[in-house]
Amino acid sequence: MIQVENLSKNFAQVQAVRDISFRVEKGKIWGFLGPNGAGKTTTMRILTGYLPPNEGQARINGIDVSGNLKSTKKMVGYLPEMVPAYGDLTVKEFLRFVAELYCMERKKINFAMERVVEKTNLQNVYGRLIKNISRGYRQRLGIAQAIIHEPQVLILDEPTIGLDPAQIIEIREMIRSFKDSATVILSSHILAEITQVCDGAVIIKEGRLMATLTRDEWGKNLEIVTAGMTGGNDWSDLRQAFPIISEARAEGQVLKLEFRETLNDYNKIIKYLIEKDIRIREIKAGLEALYMKIILAEEGRAS
Amino acid sequence: MRNIWTITKKELKSFLYSPIAYILTAFFLLVSGFFFYNILAWANDQTMRMMQSGQGMNRININQMLFEPFFNNMTIILMFLLPMLTMRLFADEKKMRTEELLLTSPVRISAIIIGKYLAALIIYTIILLLTATYAIFVFANGNPELAPLLTAYLGLFLLGAVFIAIGLFASALTENQVIAAVISFSSIILIWVISWVGESGPGAWRGILTYLSFFSHFKNMVSGVIDTQDIVYYLTFIFLGLYLTRSIFEFRKWR
Repeated sequence: MIQVENLSKNFAQVQAVRDISFRVEKGKIWGFLGPNGAGKTTTMRILTGYLPPNEGQARINGIDVSGNLKSTKKMVGYLPEMVPAYGDLTVKEFLRFVAELYCMERKKINFAMERVVEKTNLQNVYGRLIKNISRGYRQRLGIAQAIIHEPQVLILDEPTIGLDPAQIIEIREMIRSFKDSATVILSSHILAEITQVCDGAVIIKEGRLMATLTRDEWGKNLEIVTAGMTGGNDWSDLRQAFPIISEARAEGQVLKLEFRETLNDYNKIIKYLIEKDIRIREIKAGLEALYMKIILAEEGRAS
Repeated sequence: MRNIWTITKKELKSFLYSPIAYILTAFFLLVSGFFFYNILAWANDQTMRMMQSGQGMNRININQMLFEPFFNNMTIILMFLLPMLTMRLFADEKKMRTEELLLTSPVRISAIIIGKYLAALIIYTIILLLTATYAIFVFANGNPELAPLLTAYLGLFLLGAVFIAIGLFASALTENQVIAAVISFSSIILIWVISWVGESGPGAWRGILTYLSFFSHFKNMVSGVIDTQDIVYYLTFIFLGLYLTRSIFEFRKWR
């Protein structure tokens, strides 16, 4: 479990985090959303014990981080934005080093290394120098080093940045699988990623908490931008085909759908629309619409 | 203790996998070998003359003629060499962003500092031991005294240990290795020559500045005299260097 209470962090020139509170329950994956420089990395660094907060508390499984650095650090696995790895070591040497850093028992280390290498598919580069492995492998190595000591809390700072689409899907699958054993926070710019992977999202901007949203809140609507949609359609056939849809209306070229309950997979609806010869330009899952509303509303208020 | 060794082991690997340690060792041996050869030739010449003239024969002392000037010269080489050995210790961690891994791990920052310090010290000791070949050569061809030689080596070891502590501190200040080397090199030089300022100053200052300088403490040991005061001086300096390095990390957290 992760708890953040009234957290503030000031640097010499800027107030990076201002009075943020949120809570992630055990076994959940939460996303951390916000524009660049919003304070996502700073908050994550406070949770890992890398930075101390000026005010407030960060707690891992109920234990205050700043007062119990050694014990909370052991419970946390952390993947920084730039994968921390020594180019002059091999993958194997590096993983052993990290396991030792996390004070793992000697006899458990070999087993743990085998486990993470299998989990992150690093077998092919196990004996290679880190400076010679590709970006995708490097990112997987970053995840491997974060989970080697079986942390109860996993903090991932932009885990899919700079990867190709196939690799992104692979990493997302991996993150989903951590749910059984850990509580996860991940930051991302990609809204679709949060929608697909996370149970909830914390939206921050300029160090301030803008909103906390759960899957239930964003999973109940969908916006589909179409090309050349003719008006006048009452969409009753669509509602009949998908009883989950409570309301469907078109605003210009945008088809807005609302659901009776959280919808996790909208592929069938899309397929149905395509069969009806509706050309789809863009799909905005609920979170995207909400995010834009929150961020834009704030900008409107500020100006 | 295990944590310190984890860091030391990793640092040693990095040293040995990169060409820096080998190149530094090779050049150190080349330059110190050149000095040794020259001093040996000079000592040989002096001895010949004394034997011919028959004067000063009772003053011939291999330790004084050969090792003293040799060790004095080695300190100059160390001043250049050790900053290059220590410059990457923390600067590189920062540049490669691996510092975040170390500082979010449960290992204490003091263990990280000591671990890195020990690794550099081990490499330095190996380089120092390699120069013992010169001494072996002298022992095979003459009969110098062993005790003063060992004292001089202890002095050189402690002096290098201080240089490494200064270099470690400098490396924690920046993410640029060249800047780290420049800072440690200039600090070493300044502390070395600080006694010069003292010589022209008033009495109390002269005492303090002369005490602070490496120079006055190294002189005794190179001539074979162990004074606990000198050893305390070196150990204090090492402790101070490591302590200040730790303070940098504490300071940076709040910046």
